[in-house]
Amino acid sequence: MTDFARRHPIWTAIIVIVAAVLIWMIFAVWPKWLVELIGRKKVFLNALFNGITLGGLYFLVASGFTLIFGLMRNVNLAHGSLYLLGGYIGYEVAEATGYWLLAFPAAFIVVGALGILLQLFVFRKMEGEDLRQTLVTIGISIVVADLMLWGWGGDFYNINAPSWLSGPMETILVTAQKRSGDLVYLKYPMVRIVIFLAAVAIGIGMWLLLNRTRVGMLIRAGVDDRDMLSAIGARIQLVFLGVFAFGAGLAGVAGVVGGTFQSVAPGEDTRFLLASLVVVIVGGMGSIPGAALGALLIGLAEQFGSVYMPTYAVVLTFLIMVGVLAFRPQGLMGR
Amino acid sequence: MAVVDPTETRVATPGESRSWLESIPAAYWIVGVILLITPAIASDFILFQIFGWGFILGLIALGLMFLGGYGGMVSLAQMSIAGMGGYMVAIFGPSAIETISLGWPWYVAIPIALIIAMIFGTLIGWLSVRTEGIYTIMITLAISAAFFYFTRQNYVIFNGFSGFNGVLPPQLFGVDWRASTPFYYLTLFWAAAGYFTVLYISRAPFGLALQGVRDNPRRMSALGFNVTAHRVAAYTFAALLAGIGGILLTWQSAQISPGTAGISAAIDVLVIAVIGGLRHPIGPFIGAFIYAILEIFAKDALVAVGLSGDRFQLLIGLGFLIIVFWSPDGILGLWDKLRASRNRDPLTDRGGDAP
Repeated sequence: MTDFARRHPIWTAIIVIVAAVLIWMIFAVWPKWLVELIGRKKVFLNALFNGITLGGLYFLVASGFTLIFGLMRNVNLAHGSLYLLGGYIGYEVAEATGYWLLAFPAAFIVVGALGILLQLFVFRKMEGEDLRQTLVTIGISIVVADLMLWGWGGDFYNINAPSWLSGPMETILVTAQKRSGDLVYLKYPMVRIVIFLAAVAIGIGMWLLLNRTRVGMLIRAGVDDRDMLSAIGARIQLVFLGVFAFGAGLAGVAGVVGGTFQSVAPGEDTRFLLASLVVVIVGGMGSIPGAALGALLIGLAEQFGSVYMPTYAVVLTFLIMVGVLAFRPQGLMGR
Repeated sequence: MAVVDPTETRVATPGESRSWLESIPAAYWIVGVILLITPAIASDFILFQIFGWGFILGLIALGLMFLGGYGGMVSLAQMSIAGMGGYMVAIFGPSAIETISLGWPWYVAIPIALIIAMIFGTLIGWLSVRTEGIYTIMITLAISAAFFYFTRQNYVIFNGFSGFNGVLPPQLFGVDWRASTPFYYLTLFWAAAGYFTVLYISRAPFGLALQGVRDNPRRMSALGFNVTAHRVAAYTFAALLAGIGGILLTWQSAQISPGTAGISAAIDVLVIAVIGGLRHPIGPFIGAFIYAILEIFAKDALVAVGLSGDRFQLLIGLGFLIIVFWSPDGILGLWDKLRASRNRDPLTDRGGDAP
């Protein structure tokens, strides 16, 4: 941190100023001129919260993608299909058993198992052939998308959160001041906050796993030089299998989350595939903190874009990607 | 048709002392004559929908084949560039949306459309050559998605969700170029022009340098070649092919909308190029015909087998998977394998296509 500040004093100053302005905008009661300038504070806070929680969802999808890419150098363009499949499975399980929480392990296990099959029968057969792997995963995503359309039809499914999570939660943030002097507090859907906290917990867990355990050490060594790792006797194929299963399972879990946030429907697979592509391009391939930063940026850009410049929200995300590519092709956190 | 085309893959090396007319391989004569007399045999529907569409798709995929096969860069943005060409012709030329279309004559609108498509393609190329291999696929996929969403949201220039309809080709020489036979010859001409240009460029200094860049960029830059410039120029040329294809595609359906250049369309172009084969410019056309025939007849075939006609994507996806799994070089690769095994000497287990 101090190292960064010493090397890039101007950037640090800009970041500090932006953060200070943001904190002031979040906590202060907005004066009149600001409300006239950009609208009510409630809209702003909602966009901020939606962006952050959407970023959490994007992080869940993209972290599996970037982990798989970082270790095995294969681009799994069927990742969006895994996400959507997780959503459908979560929906079925939640409907059948009535327990929302059961949907998560079910989606994780089923989609993770599918990931193991993919790694065993597809990726291991064509190790090192990037282009072929990419093409095969495109083929798989076409087939899986059509199979899911066959099985579940084109309807929208919503995974209902249990009653103890539904409904709004009062936060400590002030949105406005009534004429009588009372403060109005922001209400925000509880389930989104809980899920976001869970995403943060998963992210921290992944970071700890990667940086503080033996398995994580193996994975990091594999990212740096997998030939050398296998030469010193580590069972690299097993590590690959585990990472792929975990990454795929995370995509499945993200599907359940997405089904609770929004809905499960055909076409969501490409949407989330694209989102995770943009996230990892912005954040840097193969970097978990990069995925977190990228997911947050893209989620915020999408939500603020759709509030303050509705027509071109998607283009804003794209502009971020172009900007990163033009000035830092390896991504913000890439090496 | 697709059965005849592969014969063209036997492109003999040009004769040393013969005249250029004699050095054209016999397969070219056969295919050329068959293609020229097809309108006398085939029905209007087949001419317009299968041949016309196949030539157009082949032309767009040809650009991808050029980039992928000779440049080693697989770009998924070809369809967006084609869409850009189509949109520009609808905007500068006449269309039913008179509030936006400028209605300029074709000799102004078409060059402008092609130039804008090429500029667009060059920009995409300039962005994506900063990355390599699989990154290129991802970035071009993201670009084509952005183009799709942008055209869908923008009503001022691109007329949003509904796009443009009534985009018709000019009545040049008093011919209705959208009638099936003239349209067939029009698309045939541009497909052939694209095919031979790519074939020519692949043997010209630029094409050879590009293939060198594909095989070993570091060595090429050590030899003094500007690697980035070659790659970007390849994108520009592929954009020209896509632009022509996009304009023809717009004329064929008389409309253009965001869906024309959607994500699935972008992937379809990749599927076409890969199914046909990325090693020779005839590949995309073979792939395009297979795709066009499947797209039009698969529904009936699926219903006949007892499945719902909606499973067309499944069929295409499975076919694509099978081809990528067993023959990374597409149908052309299968053809070469077959020939190699036919020519193999059963006693020594040697031979094949090695001279």
